[in-house]
Amino acid sequence: MSRHLERDLQNLERALLTQASVVEGMIRTATRALCERQADLVWEVLQQEQLVNAREVTIEEECLKILALNQPVAIDLRRTAAVLKINGDLERIADLAVNLGERARSLAEQPDFYVSENLEKMANMAVEMVREALDAFVEFDANAAADVCRRDNEVDQLNLQLIEEVHEVMRTRSDLVEAALHFFSATRHIERIADHATNIAEDVIYLVDGEIARHRHEDLRQDSSAG
Amino acid sequence: MDDPQIGIRRPEVSSNKPGRTASELAQYPKKFATKGVNFWYGSHHALHDISLIIPQNCVTALIGPSGCGKSTYLRCLNRMNDMIEHTRVEGEILLDGQEIRGPKVDVVELRKRVGMVFQKSNPFPKSIFENIAYGPRVAGLRSRARLEEIVESSLKHAALWDEVKDRLNDSALALSGGQQQRLCIARALATDPDVLLMDEPASALDPTSTSRIEDLIFELKDDYTIVIVTHNMQQAARVSDQTAFFYEGRLIEAGPTTEVFTNPTKQETEDYITGRFG
Repeated sequence: MSRHLERDLQNLERALLTQASVVEGMIRTATRALCERQADLVWEVLQQEQLVNAREVTIEEECLKILALNQPVAIDLRRTAAVLKINGDLERIADLAVNLGERARSLAEQPDFYVSENLEKMANMAVEMVREALDAFVEFDANAAADVCRRDNEVDQLNLQLIEEVHEVMRTRSDLVEAALHFFSATRHIERIADHATNIAEDVIYLVDGEIARHRHEDLRQDSSAG
Repeated sequence: MDDPQIGIRRPEVSSNKPGRTASELAQYPKKFATKGVNFWYGSHHALHDISLIIPQNCVTALIGPSGCGKSTYLRCLNRMNDMIEHTRVEGEILLDGQEIRGPKVDVVELRKRVGMVFQKSNPFPKSIFENIAYGPRVAGLRSRARLEEIVESSLKHAALWDEVKDRLNDSALALSGGQQQRLCIARALATDPDVLLMDEPASALDPTSTSRIEDLIFELKDDYTIVIVTHNMQQAARVSDQTAFFYEGRLIEAGPTTEVFTNPTKQETEDYITGRFG
């Protein structure tokens, strides 16, 4: 094969991993700021967002360059397409980390509001899903990626529980309605992060198997409940 | 950019998957059905047990490194190999369900139905008109009006009419390389074939002429079944519906082009189309 295409693809994948490690750091920090009420951590997240945005553009340009100059096929095409798509998901996750940070700031001003442990549990789950989806990308492992897709269900279940909890607070404590709304937004952001982790995992399945796994979660979920 | 110290695991190629059945092309009638075709040049066994369906009104691209047998296979389809001495062929080659070998088959009639275009354009040293009219004339057609009709419709089909309609009596050798190749396609169409075999029809042409030939192939498949041998992977990807990959005289993989080029099932195919060997 042309050596320079292989070298370009390797550089591209390394750049994506660098981006991924920054984004992962952002969601970990934002989650801590939220669950431990450390609003001062949020500025770190905000600072990194600019960097992530700039790098997203660079990676996309690099993918387009490879497509235009090399017209890759088979595994080379799938590698390029996977990076292009995962790149977009990482940028969205970074945006959600910023949104989470903003919710953390607002909630920090509401000391009376009790932040449920389930939120931390759900946030950790979402962060782990992102981590594992990227590990599957590094390891070229479609089975590990399919596991990530299945876990999205657990996050959704926790999200439903948390919404119940928010309802309860709103019913009983009218003074905490504003805080509860911030909390509700935070749960949605975390749920969205888990969705993006699932997207990344699906792109890994495409990378490895050449099959588009999107909209097939239901099957994967049924497999997991049956097995 | 920062360089994370992680080893990214990328196999040389993705693993072999179950063979492909080309199921979406199965809806088309079978123009050619070849089964267990073996071919020898003297003692050299050039084709091993080739079984391949050529669907009607589709473009089938035969790809593979030089010497892999793709042109030999192409020539089996209109018995052009008969002209080479000390060759032997075994197996079934059915055109519309009829065996094309055997003493009862009129090989001239066969080659009228299965036309051929070669890598190097080879117009006769005659006028443009006479090049096209030659085939029908040899077949016994004498009516000038009918010949004119055939010349016009063949040239139109080959997307050459507008460029040459005012100089049909000029020598064909005065045409550009790309025009000469389209003239050869028009000549092949003049005998009203069902199938067009093309052996690297665009490899000697510039990008503009190549793109005209490719557009032409795309249009011709509405009326004809086309089999094309090409060394140009992008060309195979662009023009064909089905791709068959040959290697060392064997058919390694055949399937819908979109699948072969995004997700080949055999390691040899992947190695070849990504340029890792060959």
